[in-house]
Amino acid sequence: MALVRDRRAVEDDWIALNDGAPAAPGSSVIVSLERWRRDRAGLAASVARIGVRLSGDDAVADIADALDTLDLVALTFPAFSDGRAYSMARLLRERHGFRGELRAVGNVLRDQASLMARCGFDAFELGAQVSIDGWLTALSEISVCYQPAADRRGTAAELRHPSL
Amino acid sequence: MYRYDRFDAQLVNERVAQFRDQVRRRLSGALSEEEFRPLRLLNGLYLQLHAYMLRVAIPYGTLSADQMRMLASIARRYDRGYGHFTTRQNIQFNWTRLQDAPDILADLASVEMHAIQTSGNTIRNTTADPFAGVAANEIEDPRIYCEAIRQWSTLHPEFTFLPRKFKIAVTGAPDDRAAIKVHDIGLALRRDADGAVGFEVMVGGGQGRTPMIAKTIRAFLPKRHLLSYLEAILRVYNLGGRRDNKYKARIKILVHDRGVDAFRADVEAEWARIRKAGLDLDEAELSRIAAHFAPPAYDDELRNPRAYADKLRADGKFAGWTRASVAAHRRNGYAIVTVSLKPEGGVPGDATAVQMDCIADLAARFSFGEIRITHEQNLVLAHVRQSDLFDLWRGLRAHGLATANVGLIGDIIACPGMDFCGLATTRSIPVAQQISTLFADLERQHDIGELRLKISGCINACGHHHVGHIGILVVDRKGAEFYQITLGGRADENAAIGKIIGRAFAADAVVGAVETIVNLYIARRQKDERFIDAYERLGPAPFKGALYGTG
Repeated sequence: MALVRDRRAVEDDWIALNDGAPAAPGSSVIVSLERWRRDRAGLAASVARIGVRLSGDDAVADIADALDTLDLVALTFPAFSDGRAYSMARLLRERHGFRGELRAVGNVLRDQASLMARCGFDAFELGAQVSIDGWLTALSEISVCYQPAADRRGTAAELRHPSL
Repeated sequence: MYRYDRFDAQLVNERVAQFRDQVRRRLSGALSEEEFRPLRLLNGLYLQLHAYMLRVAIPYGTLSADQMRMLASIARRYDRGYGHFTTRQNIQFNWTRLQDAPDILADLASVEMHAIQTSGNTIRNTTADPFAGVAANEIEDPRIYCEAIRQWSTLHPEFTFLPRKFKIAVTGAPDDRAAIKVHDIGLALRRDADGAVGFEVMVGGGQGRTPMIAKTIRAFLPKRHLLSYLEAILRVYNLGGRRDNKYKARIKILVHDRGVDAFRADVEAEWARIRKAGLDLDEAELSRIAAHFAPPAYDDELRNPRAYADKLRADGKFAGWTRASVAAHRRNGYAIVTVSLKPEGGVPGDATAVQMDCIADLAARFSFGEIRITHEQNLVLAHVRQSDLFDLWRGLRAHGLATANVGLIGDIIACPGMDFCGLATTRSIPVAQQISTLFADLERQHDIGELRLKISGCINACGHHHVGHIGILVVDRKGAEFYQITLGGRADENAAIGKIIGRAFAADAVVGAVETIVNLYIARRQKDERFIDAYERLGPAPFKGALYGTG
């Protein structure tokens, strides 16, 4: 599994912890919402950085008040066709101002690359069949966007009317 | 009509290149069919019973003569010489090959067309009143807002993988010719007490196996807020719509389960937080789009004002056609012409390449080069001089396009059924052909008057049977086809879901049953009373009695 962050393939410096697994002191861990709720103080006392993984059934509001204590939020695509994480990503970025790493995990396919990037994801755990080159190509296939989103790219309407 | 600028053109061209690469990866085996499926669906390519079917978007049902000629060219070059106009104002080509799809899309892009989001669980092509811009009592041309919605919804990064497909329809007139109340969102242009223009927003209509009429969640939305309000609705749906059961995944189920008041509160709360987030319909952009829909250069001087009346008197066939096909235009001396794609015994909505070229030529000659598609699978030439109607009629008649049955019982909506569709369980086209043959006598059709008959070949209801004055659902029971009849449905501003009249009919009895229903109406109608009005006055009992002898 390859990790792409800021358009580069990188070594993953985070550990995805199962709910029962112990957290090594000083490590960077991604835990489920349930574990984070249960063990928030304990984690804060031992690990270096905390990330929370949300499923589609979780609500962004559940972590909104604690975002400044989180360095990473992972949003899950249980199947590429489950699009809830796109809305959750935009809410985290645009409504709650989350500035940490926003990571796409699960069924992350090449042809969804630009949708994810536009919604504010900046890190992607690519499936085994996805090549880095293909991923980067997919990010730049469509240069025009019609709607404002988390990436704050200029929309066609803004480019048409520069005074806006 | 709308013309692409460099941004629109660039997006569509890049999309063609992207899909070309995706097809190349599929053909090389780099992509499995399972991985390729969502990609081809987002470009309108379905794998049907016999071949790939390509559904091409006709934005809000308006196209130019040149675009129609390109559709004819595609039908000739890549299909079997014809295409099928759909209830969603699109066109489908039923016999395309996967390896040709990128070239077809490139041909479409060359005339500013595409197949983006004509399938998949995404925001589909927005549909509109086919009389947009020419209806006398219209508030504004709805296509201006449809184009704004087209752009906003195209490749929307947040709403490409919704729980289920999503359809929006817009009308600018009080008379609803776009069936907006059976759409996921229906938008009707309204004026408030101060004369400001906005929208009544209706949500959660639909057909399929759970037919519902849309409910109003906002009586008046100032027009500049249109896109932010739509975004709020879509976000509430994307996060809250069911994903565990595709038959309960449409927004109508969410609205129903949550309750319309709670749903409205959720949308309003979301909207309050995003209404200032850069989605305002800016005046400059709105004016830019609106300029494309300015009325054509009508000729105020009436030419040969007497010629039309003389022809009507002289030629009964012509007069009969005008009765069915010609509607009042807002401009003196002009007419709106609906061209029937329902010839006797034909397949509803089909047109050959030759017919498409014919329509394009006639549109160029008589209607400022513009054509519309209706959700009833007919075509509209919206700006024809009355004095040209006779020549237009002769031109249409030469190509089998002058059937005088628009709005009558022969003007049947039917889905493709098992003749093409991979979902259908039965054949819907043969029964449409039998009914149209039984009522082939146009004088009889005119005597019966307005009657909307709609046929679906399966529970997905693509033939709109729920909103037919007479609806027929063909069901398969142990290998035999049965025909379930509903009465009293309507798709207009008083939209209603039809009710099943009784037990289903066998194949050899269904056409007779339709005739029994029609005959009862003829016997019981009052002066000038349409079928639907008579049914609403009489109720189902007399029809039941006539059909089943239980009255």
